[in-house]
Amino acid sequence: MRPLRLLILACCLGLSGMSAWADTSNAPDPARQQALLHLLHQDCGACHGLTLKGGLGSPLTPQALSGKPMENLVATIMNGRPGTPMPPWKPFMSEAEAEWLVQWLQSQKPLDPNQ
Amino acid sequence: MKTLLTTLMSALLLAGCASQPVARGTADLGIIIERASGHIRIVENSTHTQLANVGGLGDLSHAAAVFSRDGRFAYVFGRDGGISKVDLLTHQLVKRVLQAGNSIGGAISSDGRIIAAQNYQPGGVKLFDADTLALLADIPALDPATGVVSKVVGLADLPGHRFAFSLFEAGQIWVVDASNPRQPVITRYPHIGQQPYDGLATMDGRYYMAGLYGEDGVALLDTWYPEKGVTRVLNGYGQGAEKQPVYKMPHLRGWSVAGDYAFFPSIGHKEAIVADNRSWEIRRHIPLAGQPVFVMARPDGKQVWANFAFPDNDTVQVIDVPTMKVVRTFKPCKGVLHFEFTARGDQVWLSCRDENRVEVYDTQTLERITTLPADNPSGIFFGWRAGRLGM
Repeated sequence: MRPLRLLILACCLGLSGMSAWADTSNAPDPARQQALLHLLHQDCGACHGLTLKGGLGSPLTPQALSGKPMENLVATIMNGRPGTPMPPWKPFMSEAEAEWLVQWLQSQKPLDPNQ
Repeated sequence: MKTLLTTLMSALLLAGCASQPVARGTADLGIIIERASGHIRIVENSTHTQLANVGGLGDLSHAAAVFSRDGRFAYVFGRDGGISKVDLLTHQLVKRVLQAGNSIGGAISSDGRIIAAQNYQPGGVKLFDADTLALLADIPALDPATGVVSKVVGLADLPGHRFAFSLFEAGQIWVVDASNPRQPVITRYPHIGQQPYDGLATMDGRYYMAGLYGEDGVALLDTWYPEKGVTRVLNGYGQGAEKQPVYKMPHLRGWSVAGDYAFFPSIGHKEAIVADNRSWEIRRHIPLAGQPVFVMARPDGKQVWANFAFPDNDTVQVIDVPTMKVVRTFKPCKGVLHFEFTARGDQVWLSCRDENRVEVYDTQTLERITTLPADNPSGIFFGWRAGRLGM
């Protein structure tokens, strides 16, 4: 139960934190945000873990993403990473939406490393 | 007086019975993983009913299960490295251990005494006592020659207390003989190919195969002739076609041998590959609706069912084996993650992750029999696995 609660908590924090930057960027509309977050957890989660703590793919936690330039992260999402199983997601989202996802991931509360 | 006593005793006995679980056979039971909530549902095939919902199993976002050989207990391997032992008759979570940081699945030994768990982080395999879940041995996936630490994929049981698995980064297959489970003996097969992503043991326990992500091909170990080493089959199955991005890694484990043929999900191509199941030569490519995830034969081998990666994960296709043609394409729901046949294949149960339900189909008529509610269902595992190799 604990990971789920954390996930919900993380989502709530993320959504409330989001309004701070949602106005200043090309944020997707709320329905699209829902769809993107569903895609993130379910489909990205197939490799990166439903809780995004990593699997065959690397973790997508704020700790794991910290210090990585936004443009590199967006490029990885859009174009994939050759030589690894990471596919390009360009057919399914725009660059602005990928940027929104990275910001969402980075705005999450860091997970307790013991969890 | 004697009659009164007898009546009283009968009443007491009956009352006692009422609090006992109903006696039932485990061969008709199964579990459905609810990936988001950390619960499993215990279900019964013949009645299409849910008997219980058991929680507290941790992160089940990528979960797999094996059964004790009496079929009474399910061992559920969670993404968080947890192994949960659930009693299917009393519906209790009887034991749970957290054995790694990030895990992907497990297997049970041919004698039912050892549980093996395969881990991503830290990469390796651990052996546990099936009764107590006490740790017996830790086998880090550290290549002694190069020092490379790998994620472990494709763990499968083999006859004779052995397990086989593959090392994603190092490109190796290891076979562990756990006759003495506290001191397992490891045989390593290096240079099997790039990035093995999953593996399977055939139902007879003879062959172990690892699908390669890094190249079009499958690494094959014939465990009857281990001295021959690992050979490559299905080489270049992509026929030189440009490799497409893969939105969900295919799974190899399952019933994929049908009659004289073995069916494989192609990686990066929208097709199933059909090979001769002894020579392993490619016989045919069957075009499909998307990139296949599971390509599994009905237990009698006359049909093969396939589901697909995003964005085609609303579709399921049925291949008729004698004609090698797709005979049915349907869209049961969004997010078909997994499916499981009943022991003799009269039904197939499909999990509909995004629509919170499980659909039960009759495999003869291809008509839906019923729908069961389930919260974000993913893997479905039936008790017949208790008696099979490579499950």
